[in-house]
Amino acid sequence: MAANLPTQVQGGVGVTEPGISHEEHLHHDDHHHDQHWLFKYVFSTDHKVIAKQFLITGIFWAILGGTLSSLFRLQLGWPEATLEWLTPVFGKWIEAGKLSPDFYLALVTMHGTIMVFFVLTAGLSGTFSNFLIPLQIGARDMASGFMNMLSYWFFFVSGIIMFASMFIETGPAAAGWTIYPPLSALPQAIPGSGLGMTMWLVSMALFIVSQLLGGVNYITTIINLRTRGMSLSKMPLTIWSFFLTAILGLLSFPVLLSAALLLIFDRSFGTSFFLSDIYIAGQALNNTGGSPILFQHLFWFLGHPEVYIVIMPAMGMVSEILATNARKPIFGYRAMIGSLLGISLLSFVVWAHHMFVTGMNPFLGSVFMFLTLIIAVPSAVKTFNWLATLWRGNIRFTSAMLFSIGFVSLFISGGLTGIILGNAALDIQMHNTYFVVAHFHLVMGSSAFFGLFAGVYHWFPKMFGRMMDEKLGYIHFWLTFIGVYLVFMPMHYVGIAGFPRRYYAWTGFDSFSQFADLNKFISVAAILAFFAQFVFVFNFFYSIFRGRRATENPWRSTTLEWTTPVIPGHGNWPGEIPAVYRWPYDYSKPGAEDDFIPQNVPFSKTQSSNLPYESEME
Amino acid sequence: MTALGILLVLVLLLVVFGLLFRLQILTSIFSGSSARDFGMSNRVNAVLLILFMVIGGAAFAWSFGDNFNKMNPPIASVHGHATERMFWTTMIIIGIVFVLTQIALFVYSYKYQHKEGRRAYFFPHNNKIEIIWTVIPAIVMAGLVFAGWKEWTRITGPAPKDSVVLEVMGKQFNWLVRYPGADQKLGVVNYRMIDATNEFGFDLTDKSGLDDFVAGEIHVPKGHPVLLKIRSRDVLHAVYMPHFRVQMYAVPGMPTKFWFTPTKTTDEMRAQLGNPKFNYELACNQICGRGHFAMKLNIVVDEPDDYVAWYAQQKSFSEQNPDVLASFKQKEEKLVVKEAAAVATPATKASL
Repeated sequence: MAANLPTQVQGGVGVTEPGISHEEHLHHDDHHHDQHWLFKYVFSTDHKVIAKQFLITGIFWAILGGTLSSLFRLQLGWPEATLEWLTPVFGKWIEAGKLSPDFYLALVTMHGTIMVFFVLTAGLSGTFSNFLIPLQIGARDMASGFMNMLSYWFFFVSGIIMFASMFIETGPAAAGWTIYPPLSALPQAIPGSGLGMTMWLVSMALFIVSQLLGGVNYITTIINLRTRGMSLSKMPLTIWSFFLTAILGLLSFPVLLSAALLLIFDRSFGTSFFLSDIYIAGQALNNTGGSPILFQHLFWFLGHPEVYIVIMPAMGMVSEILATNARKPIFGYRAMIGSLLGISLLSFVVWAHHMFVTGMNPFLGSVFMFLTLIIAVPSAVKTFNWLATLWRGNIRFTSAMLFSIGFVSLFISGGLTGIILGNAALDIQMHNTYFVVAHFHLVMGSSAFFGLFAGVYHWFPKMFGRMMDEKLGYIHFWLTFIGVYLVFMPMHYVGIAGFPRRYYAWTGFDSFSQFADLNKFISVAAILAFFAQFVFVFNFFYSIFRGRRATENPWRSTTLEWTTPVIPGHGNWPGEIPAVYRWPYDYSKPGAEDDFIPQNVPFSKTQSSNLPYESEME
Repeated sequence: MTALGILLVLVLLLVVFGLLFRLQILTSIFSGSSARDFGMSNRVNAVLLILFMVIGGAAFAWSFGDNFNKMNPPIASVHGHATERMFWTTMIIIGIVFVLTQIALFVYSYKYQHKEGRRAYFFPHNNKIEIIWTVIPAIVMAGLVFAGWKEWTRITGPAPKDSVVLEVMGKQFNWLVRYPGADQKLGVVNYRMIDATNEFGFDLTDKSGLDDFVAGEIHVPKGHPVLLKIRSRDVLHAVYMPHFRVQMYAVPGMPTKFWFTPTKTTDEMRAQLGNPKFNYELACNQICGRGHFAMKLNIVVDEPDDYVAWYAQQKSFSEQNPDVLASFKQKEEKLVVKEAAAVATPATKASL
């Protein structure tokens, strides 16, 4: 064990040596190695600090992403209204009192990019993989604290570049978050494909580096640094989901990098990977032989696993929180792992369902339709298992629990329409309509956000040693839950009617002339739901400083992170790392004294509740 | 000034909320209700969850019914009827699952809310149940896949030999339409030949292109298969014709196609909808730039006879643009002269 421990922790202080006593450890900390604040809070190699850095950066990006969506919802809800009052902020992007169409597309693009990558990938899995992996598997820190720090700072720099791209003259990337060439390759086609697109690509390249550094670390840590007794079949589902998420990221992000590099080549060095037979702005380009469809294959080879990268950590955390607060073991632990494995595997072979009507060979369409609809089975199993976990439980509605229940509800609502979209014959009509927008905002957008909120409410006490305010949590939950449904359910109607996405206005078409009221309604709901998030932001920052003090294990949970001190220091456990004897879901076990038995309690101490075969065990 | 005033009011409001919040916390600590309150807030949330299900479910059902007629674009193609049936069948199936699972979720949440002294039922797994709810979705999905696959292969299969052929080309930011003319053969095009007049890039040295004509809107005959050949000359676009349930990307450098059979003329549809201004529309459905939202083309479905008459009236591109034709003739002649010269020179030399 000792050989695997990171030596970088505390700049080589011997805190990680096993057997070191509690007192000695504190002694070290207090007198000899008071870290400079810069290394304690900024360039920290401690996984808990890095997790908080990811979280707070993620919150910043989420607010920005939400603001952008409110802006374009203004345009969609009130296409006739004057937005002159925004001129002081946006200058020339307001044309004749309205958002310029170019700016509208930039808003849509940046909203997607920010939410998918910066919030739901980095903010969600960056936060909780970092925070929970060492704590739940019983490790002092990540395998490489230094790489972990680099992972955050690559993300930070990537964010700076993306942020800066919003302030340049030609505006940020505006070709949709999927940046399909040739639109994204040719500055003549749209102003956002000038410098803005270059910055988008550079930013994403750095982001991918950050993801890979993080991913390698998560995988290594989970494989090598588990505490004594923590076999794979005793790992909490959170860890399983982070583990598989990291593997997905490691295998798919490099493909996006390759797509980005080839696009950079096409943009700047005159190659023709994605360009062919183009006449634009009065000029025939020399590029021939490239294929825009190739880019889509490369993009979605990441893009589809990406949605599972977003949702799987949320699934893991929700499983954990449902079990803890229902005071019941998660139903079908092994089936839950199996379905995660199934989803992970299948997520690599369904990408072309985003491309049924791109002109791809229809036979390929058939194959991908088949594979896509198979993935519904493990998703269904997960849902049924969550429901079975609630059945005959003894449920405490903490804020985290409410968000977890909300997650399941949204996952069902959004997931089911995937069965329509995965069917190639039906996708002909639905492709790129608001039906798709409604589908993915429910199933991966809102659900993942709910998972994120659930995680923050649940693990906040371990992060900051204080509790978040429950009443504000309830208010936040109910406003958000109702808001999300009010926004996205009506969007299905608009989608069935065939409204295309990324439209600045539908007023030019008779086919899309109905539903002006509904669009207004959606906009109102969206903007209100967005403002409701400030309840959370207030609660979060207020509670860091003024929240009620937490106890070591406020939710009476079984996993290892709750065996640490209220605020775990460097190395997480002051003394020896606890050993693990049982699975993480011994809630309400018959015969047990309490309604939970932590993972580090040996069977020898729980004779009254042991199942027959368990009495033989340690 | 007003803005400043509004800002000030907002800030004050926030301060008031902050104070109220703080006061609420302090009172709850002093009265001790923060410790006792767990049962109460638990009940409230459980009731809210049930209310959410009942009221939310009712509101959803009502609004869905209320908007149902508005959300279905009338169908005007043969395969459209088939996919529409499949769409609503699938919707019913997922609707049933939606209702059952949501009810289970909210009812369980309510029913099994925390009660003092009760213990949750230790129920870690049950292989039989798990096999059942793995197999049943698998069977349902297999059925849906099979139906979808059959329809998909039929729709994307080869177009009938006697299809009416026309070409739609996307550009920033409108659609161009080309018909093959009397010979029923689309002439060769080359993107390097494109200019302001020759928007398609006709290569008029190809004889089959001489009778091709360009149209301002799409005309197709009712009841006859129509094969759309789709191209783009700059960025990606997508041909989206919601009434015909047709969608296919327009890709620069890679021609695509889609065939369908219209079932109702524009006039019939106008009569059916009671809207004399109705037009079938073609929209762009792949982000293509500033004017993406305005890339519209009207489609007219004619009675077959009217279509034939319309077709016969059209003048070919080469006829309408004699200069373009002339410029190609010139080029061709130059080429011929050059070739002749190239052949002639050695011959003359030899004869000397």
